[in-house]
Amino acid sequence: MTMYFTKDHEWISVDGSLGTVGITDYAQKALGDIVYAEVPEKGRKVTKGGDSAVVESVKAASEVYSPVSGTVTAGNDALAGQPALVNESPEADGWFFKLELSNTAELEELMDRAAYDEYVAGLE
Amino acid sequence: MSDTSLLTTPLDSLHRSLGAKMVPFAGYAMPVQYPLGVLGEHLHTRKAAGLFDVSHMGQALLEGENVAALFEALVPGDIQGLGQGRTRYSVFTNDQGGILDDLMISKLSDNQLFLVVNAACKDADFAHIQAKLGGKAKLSILADRALLALQGPQAASVMAKLAPGAENQKFMSIADYPVAGIACRVTRSGYTGEDGYEISVDAASAEKLAQALLAEEGVAPIGLGARDSLRLEAGLCLYGSDIDTNTTPVEAGLSWVIGKRRREQGGFPGAEIILAQLNAGAPRLRVGIKPDGRAPARAHTEITDVDGTPLGEITSGGFGPSADGPVAMGYVPRGFAVPGMPVKLMVRGKALDAHVALLPFVPHSYYKG
Repeated sequence: MTMYFTKDHEWISVDGSLGTVGITDYAQKALGDIVYAEVPEKGRKVTKGGDSAVVESVKAASEVYSPVSGTVTAGNDALAGQPALVNESPEADGWFFKLELSNTAELEELMDRAAYDEYVAGLE
Repeated sequence: MSDTSLLTTPLDSLHRSLGAKMVPFAGYAMPVQYPLGVLGEHLHTRKAAGLFDVSHMGQALLEGENVAALFEALVPGDIQGLGQGRTRYSVFTNDQGGILDDLMISKLSDNQLFLVVNAACKDADFAHIQAKLGGKAKLSILADRALLALQGPQAASVMAKLAPGAENQKFMSIADYPVAGIACRVTRSGYTGEDGYEISVDAASAEKLAQALLAEEGVAPIGLGARDSLRLEAGLCLYGSDIDTNTTPVEAGLSWVIGKRRREQGGFPGAEIILAQLNAGAPRLRVGIKPDGRAPARAHTEITDVDGTPLGEITSGGFGPSADGPVAMGYVPRGFAVPGMPVKLMVRGKALDAHVALLPFVPHSYYKG
């Protein structure tokens, strides 16, 4: 299992050609209390950098972009009833969707945790 | 990000020391939230007391003989009939019947009005007053005054400790008295739907006053984020979103600001258009909109009828923490302005079910004493 990160503050945890996508701790803190999340349904095709999910705080709605291209295998249905899971457990229970990657080479363009941490430090 | 061009309020360093996230708003650096977060701040205000810095708003004194009668040339309210020491909500209208700003008018005496207007409109408002009434009344802009709001069910008990008797002040009244030993001008009013106070204080004493209020049990600092969700649940208009120069007071559901005598006599900008709408009905009306699901519908979301025919637009929308669900307001044709009327909201390309709802979403709990 390897974790990769985007500049838009999504993470993807990859096992072979299967990935799990969510938003980072930095992202959930910046958004504040999450009151609504919309995840993609199974079978939906997503593209790298394209809209894939929506997360809303009291103040605003934000898009979640897919870190890689592929086909959604599951959305996290728990977020419908408990959107606050994204705040409480952004990198575990608060995941958004799982997908079958169509091009694992896209992972090479993402950051590893050390690079992401450095990127975030530069934003603060 | 450069904050250097932004104005600051007298509480700027206090906000930063409290860990506020500061954002630009109407030319000012303002706290959008504190570490408690928008949701927590909202709920805290509804159950205890919240302290808001609204010093960016414009405060002014208007003085002169018959100033109430003069001011009626700018607003549709019955200002002559306003009792001394009383406060009234009103709107500046233009010749087309549109709204230039909304404001609070307090009558200090027959010759003296105290005005509070929106931050984003204050320069234009003051120029408008000067242009219309200059020479007849003297406008003094109180740029050296801060404005704090204390809101929530515990606001009165907190004020009672720092200003004994304040708990008995009438809703929508104004009085000068010391709070924590500091000279203040206090109205019992607010923008949350809760009981509360708005406290005008000399800028130099503002931080001391804020510290005294925050030291009381139950008082937490609240940012603009929760201020917006609180007023939305209370069904209160935000100028620039729910009301503007393209909306009349009648369309906005604010016909109650038009005094009885003014309905008969007119004499305010746009009176012909506004009074005609009062009699015949406005073509469209501001209403509450309650999405049936959990997805919030934000400002500028299109409202359609159940068949997809466009009706209008959401003007304010989001998540209501006390309503525990999405809440919104918007304009629909008069025939659709019926509580329970089903409508659709176009959110991210999907038509979501919603219905027209009575405002407010959370009952007002103003002081009735």
